[in-house]
Parts: sequence; C-alpha cells; structure tokens
Amino acid sequence: MRNRTKETPEDVGISRRGALECMIWAGTGVLWALSSGVPKSVGLLGEAAAAQASGFTFLQISDSHIGFNKPANPHALDTLREAIVKVEAVDTKPAFMIHTGDITHLSKPDEFDNAAQLIGEAKLDVHYVPGEHDFIDEGQGKAYLERYGEGTEGQGWYSFDDHGVHFIGLNNVVDLRAGGLGRLGPEQLSWLADDLKSKSNSTPIVVFAHIPLWTVYADWGWGTDDGLQAIEMLKRFGSVTVLNGHIHQIMQKVEGNMIFHTARSTCFPQPVPGTAPSPGPITVPADRLRSMLGITRVDMRVGDKPLAVTDTALAD
Amino acid sequence: MKQSHSCKTALCALVVWLALSALVLSAHGHAVTNDAEIRIANFTFDPPVLTVKAGTTVKWINEDDIPHLVAEKDGAFRSAPLDTDEKFAQTLQVAGIVEYFCVLHPHMTGKIVVEP
Repeated sequence: MRNRTKETPEDVGISRRGALECMIWAGTGVLWALSSGVPKSVGLLGEAAAAQASGFTFLQISDSHIGFNKPANPHALDTLREAIVKVEAVDTKPAFMIHTGDITHLSKPDEFDNAAQLIGEAKLDVHYVPGEHDFIDEGQGKAYLERYGEGTEGQGWYSFDDHGVHFIGLNNVVDLRAGGLGRLGPEQLSWLADDLKSKSNSTPIVVFAHIPLWTVYADWGWGTDDGLQAIEMLKRFGSVTVLNGHIHQIMQKVEGNMIFHTARSTCFPQPVPGTAPSPGPITVPADRLRSMLGITRVDMRVGDKPLAVTDTALAD
Repeated sequence: MKQSHSCKTALCALVVWLALSALVLSAHGHAVTNDAEIRIANFTFDPPVLTVKAGTTVKWINEDDIPHLVAEKDGAFRSAPLDTDEKFAQTLQVAGIVEYFCVLHPHMTGKIVVEP
C-alpha cells in the first residue's frame, strides 16, 4: 500500500505488476489516467485540459444529506449550493452529472424537494443512485423510486450508454441484512450479468453505487457483501471505473484494469477508518469544513489516456 | 426490632443482587435488568445483550448525531428513523431470543433474551 497523496508528476510511474499487486489510497486533488490499461497518476491541470480535446466530462456529487442539521454542518443546503456553484464553474460543459446517494438525510419529501431544486440549478441531466438514507421512508424506498425510479429495473438499478462508454447505476442499500454490509442481491446481480453480456471487452465501463463495492473497512460497514460477484463480472473489461460515495472522503484503489474511487460529501466529513470510535460525522472548524467537502470530475477520452478523475474541494 | 432486621436483610440482598448484576454485565456484556432501555451511542447498542421478562417494553434511545433505525432481523418490528434523542419502544411478549439490527448501519446488531 502506498499513499500517493503528495506525489508529483515526476515520481508517479507504477508498473503494471505494481498496479496489480498493490492497493493505492489517494487523497485530495490526485488525478488518475488509464494508459494502455495501466493506471497512472498524472499532473492535474495539463492532462485535464488535454482530456477536453477529444473526450467528454461528467461530474459526480455525493452524500448531500439534505435535512442534516447537526454541529458538523448545520447548513447542508448552503454547502450543496456551493458545490453546485463549483459544478457551474467547470470550464467545459459536462455531459451530465451523477449523484451517488444519500441525497437526503431522512427520506422526507421536503428534503427530496430541496435537493432537487438546488441540483436542478446546474441545468444538467442527473443520474441518481440511492443511499441508505434515501430508503428510510415509510414505504422503504417508495419516495425515492417515485422520483428517480422511472425507466429503471428492480429497486432502481439501470444502465445507459454515452460517448461509447457503458454506465451502470447500482443500488446496494436495499434489503440490508443484520450483521452485513451493503448488498446488491441475486436479482440485481443476475440483471448485471445480462446487461454485460452483449458488451465487448474493449467497452469502457463506469459503475456507480452508493456504498463502496469493495471492502474499505468492514468494522464500520464500509463495503458490499456481494460486491465481489459484481467485480468478477467486470474483470474481463479493459477499463472499469467504480465510483462510490458513503464514506465522505476520497479513497482510491487500483486493481488490474479497475479503478475504485470514492467521492467527498457535500455535507459533512467522516473520519479516516479506525481513527475514531465510530464513523459518525466529525466536527471541524468552519473554515476547514470546506476543504473536506467537494465534487468529483471525470474526464473520459478515447486514446492513450482515456480517463481521469479529479476531486475539487469547496475551498479550492 | 424485627422490622429493622428485615430491612437490613432486604438491603443486604439488594446490595448482593446489584453486585451480581454488575458482575454478569462486566463478565459477559449481558444486562439482566428491569430497566429495559438500550442506548445507541457511537454506532453500538448498549447493552449489546439485554435480558428481560416477557411483557417488558424495551426502549431504544439514539444518542448519536446520525439517525439509526431499529429492526428485528426478520422484520417482526421496525422503528421509524430515529434522529438524535428520539426513542422507539417495543413490547416483547414472547419468550425467546430477539435479534435486531440498525437498518441504516447493518453491522450494528444487538440481542434481547426474553425470559418467560
């Protein structure tokens, strides 16, 4: 395991073997690219600019927790608004945005309404997947599915194609079991197998879901029990990017041709695994809070560097 | 005099009972108590194992600044989302083992032993 948080462009080379063997955790502001199937981290600005030439950009926001009002951030709407301002400031118009769940804090109608109104100000198509906080209404997900379930399968999973990339939105927060982690369930896994059947190995794949598909920290429930079954189905593809939220901090892991990335929240930070008694919100001074919240930008490009993930804090 | 002796005996019994209860709690994480309240703090149920008599109403209180949602593992009961300081009560009529968890954070589990 290597911490690449402070790497410079000069010392970023990793061998394919290294990429296969190691888990790479990264911090703020690291940009990743895939070159011939081997991930490399590269300089932030130059490569991101180059990616605009022939590819396209999409954005990820996550864990807006509208309705949260505790000391860690009594102003969840304000910080979401700031995140949308960041979205609007992106130099090239993104193709769309994804929201990787926990849109709301308590699945209340006014929380969904407020989130939708603010996110709508970005004037982008938004593809949602639910977090566990979006599935705790009396109907156990009815409120979410009424808003975002149209055209989806089962409990809100779906796929679509854009610019030659196959995007898959999964729900790993439904029918969770006592003592377990996140869960996809057999019905969704079967759908995923069918969905991938017609895709060639060279099709770039982007999977997004709320809880990390790989186990980040089981003691805090940060993983998906049957995530490995999904990952196995994806291994034959030359480029797979898995985008998650839930843990309110940036983490990355590279395994073969797969990049796993978690986004910051727009609401409150959570502790680094194992550094606190629980994964509950951490309260930091107001001026520091905005350095721990943010959005994620993904640049897709056909060619030698087809993909780059860049995180921007609200304070940047 | 006789009355005083009875009081003394009762007091001694109470002290012994309290001491034994404390021992049971510290040795096994079990609480045998009539005070059927379960605190939710730091993403754990406290006590993790509670023993009550059938017919007892058990209350859960959330002391975290994140919501929790208490449910029996097979769906026999389920609370609403409990935000900070909110409570949920469930009367347990049938003797046996009740296993429950937090729907939002399913790694959080607890057990209630319901005695006849």
